[in-house]
Amino acid sequence: MTTVAVKPATMAQALTRAMRDAMAADPAVHVMGEDVGTLGGVFRVTDGLAKEFGEDRCTDTPLAEAGILGTAVGMAMYGLRPVVEMQFDAFAYPAFEQLISHVSRMRNRTRGRMPLPITVRVPYGGGIGGVEHHSDSSEAYYMATPGLHVVTPATVADAYGLLRQAIASDDPVVFLEPKRLYWAKDTWNPEHPTEVEPIGRAVVRRPGSSATLITYGPSLPVCLEAAEAARAEGWDLEVVDLRSLVPFDDETVCAAVRRTGRAVVVHESTGFGGPGGEIAARITERCFHHLEAPVLRVAGFDIPYPPPMLERHHLPGVDRILDAVARLQWEAEG
Amino acid sequence: MTVMEQRGAYRPSPPPAWQPRMDPAPLLPDAEPYRVLGTEAAAKADPDLLRRLYAQLVRGRRYNTQATALTKQGRLAVYPSSTGQEACEVAAALALQERDWLFPSYRDTLAVVARGVDPVEALTLLRGDWHTGYDPYAHRVAPLSTPLATQLPHAVGLAHAARLKGDDVVALAMVGDGGTSEGDFHEALNFAAVWQAPVVFLVQNNGFAISVPLAKQTAAPSLAHKAVGYGMPGRLVDGNDAAAVHEVLGDAVRHARAGGGPTLVEAVTYRIEAHTNADDATRYRGDAEVEAWRAHDPVQLLERELTTRGLLDEAGIESARQDAEAMAADLRERMNRDPELDPMDLFDHVYAETTAQLREQRALLRAELEAEQNDQEGDLR
Repeated sequence: MTTVAVKPATMAQALTRAMRDAMAADPAVHVMGEDVGTLGGVFRVTDGLAKEFGEDRCTDTPLAEAGILGTAVGMAMYGLRPVVEMQFDAFAYPAFEQLISHVSRMRNRTRGRMPLPITVRVPYGGGIGGVEHHSDSSEAYYMATPGLHVVTPATVADAYGLLRQAIASDDPVVFLEPKRLYWAKDTWNPEHPTEVEPIGRAVVRRPGSSATLITYGPSLPVCLEAAEAARAEGWDLEVVDLRSLVPFDDETVCAAVRRTGRAVVVHESTGFGGPGGEIAARITERCFHHLEAPVLRVAGFDIPYPPPMLERHHLPGVDRILDAVARLQWEAEG
Repeated sequence: MTVMEQRGAYRPSPPPAWQPRMDPAPLLPDAEPYRVLGTEAAAKADPDLLRRLYAQLVRGRRYNTQATALTKQGRLAVYPSSTGQEACEVAAALALQERDWLFPSYRDTLAVVARGVDPVEALTLLRGDWHTGYDPYAHRVAPLSTPLATQLPHAVGLAHAARLKGDDVVALAMVGDGGTSEGDFHEALNFAAVWQAPVVFLVQNNGFAISVPLAKQTAAPSLAHKAVGYGMPGRLVDGNDAAAVHEVLGDAVRHARAGGGPTLVEAVTYRIEAHTNADDATRYRGDAEVEAWRAHDPVQLLERELTTRGLLDEAGIESARQDAEAMAADLRERMNRDPELDPMDLFDHVYAETTAQLREQRALLRAELEAEQNDQEGDLR
């Protein structure tokens, strides 16, 4: 086995590389969206693609999200593989009708004759000091729509691997990019990208025995930090990274919860009607007799996303996670 | 000291020179809808084309009456009749080449059938059977779209993709007058014009969006005028004049195929029947208005032109009528058979690969169906 030199790379660089490699490998792959061409995207995630592949392959579109996704549908009908950028989470809402009425169900309504291989990239979530409408966690809306895959990477390797898989998928994929991890670095070699688990598989990022933290995207580093901090309290926390919200990996999640008997779901999206409710219910249905305590949720508050100077109070942090873990011990104490 | 009090008078610098980006005049539609039948232009029309249009019009009218009858028998959940609008439907299909694509709205079943789609398969959505009964690739017809105007950006994207691939394919997208108020209409026209995509938008202005008349829908001089704001030509045509619609659409399709970009065509027509069989049109319009439009019937207009010019005789009319009757009889006979539906299909086309969750739900339904069958067999014993 040859050892390859690995250098630190950011998640944004890995995403760019994924699109570049996908475009080089398949002429059907087209990147499109507002500002993705000359500017390289407001986060520079599409940097250099227009220069390398031309404006027909990486296209600055008019500013209209429904139009961007709607024209991508027609392009996919004609055999292309559009990779669409929705500049910010809350800017994607005008495209919801296209996503829900057409993208998600074209395969179904044509009985498999017209699959739509579209990747919808949505930079999402808070923690970067964005002003109103720049920090929403909209994953629950996408999860509630059958026909869509909903994927969100939390590591540099996954950012590359999952985006390549999303682009190669014959199904539409909503690819949620955690904005505040765009500049998170990891050792990663773009010439020899690490193989990652397929879409639909969760991964145990940290084994543990006291309780399982179930999380994804921007909350993964917070959970890993919480797990380190918990060691001082004598807790050995396991951390599961879902990676894919749809399809959902019941198997990995339930195996982890059965090992520890305790679970906390952590995400920054709102708790009420949020992903955590679905995940907690699934765990309870499948693991009830293994549970030592109720499945708890640590989520953002049930409020419209707050102004940036207050967002630290809204976003689940290490302390809120540790408090929940403490509450899991209730039965042992009782 | 304010700016105005400064020594020497304050003179704002003039803004950089402004010029309109293009002369809007060539994009403007004619003042009157373009007509062929009953005018001198009719003499230049191809007799074979007129006869083909006529045959399709007669079939289309019969299809509408047959489908409406099927709603009364409970064989169709709903049918939005296009009686009075057959000229638009037929011309839409005949203006296209085989390699072109049609993007129909829910009222455009006739155009779909005229493209070659099996009449029964074109009705599966309205029957409550599978949403799209036909293979969209077989005749290059997109699924009938129920949400308004959302299929228009698809047409733009497909036409754009075809051009990128070097194929001279044109997309024709159909929408009603109500649909022009939707955001997707605006976005589609804007993208098409910016990209110079080979796409033609056909607005069938039939006077009403369910019950809301055009005057409450838009303040534009005409729907064709909307084109100018996007930088594409707008054409206004008599939507009951099959020869005129065919000519205008044909011009637009050729223009798009030659790289000239998109065109917006407004066909002025009228919906003779109610919105669907479930609607009561007497609540929002009077008989006199309907009767005036009946006198401008698309089938009669073309029939009169053809007979006056000696291109069609009684035998020809009878032959077209019999052909339409045969189509209706076949449609009636096949629609009266119960469709064969497999509930297991529910899970097969959600994702390329069925998820674990859907496999579980599939097993649940299978068990329910088996229990149902066992119960029925028990009852028989």
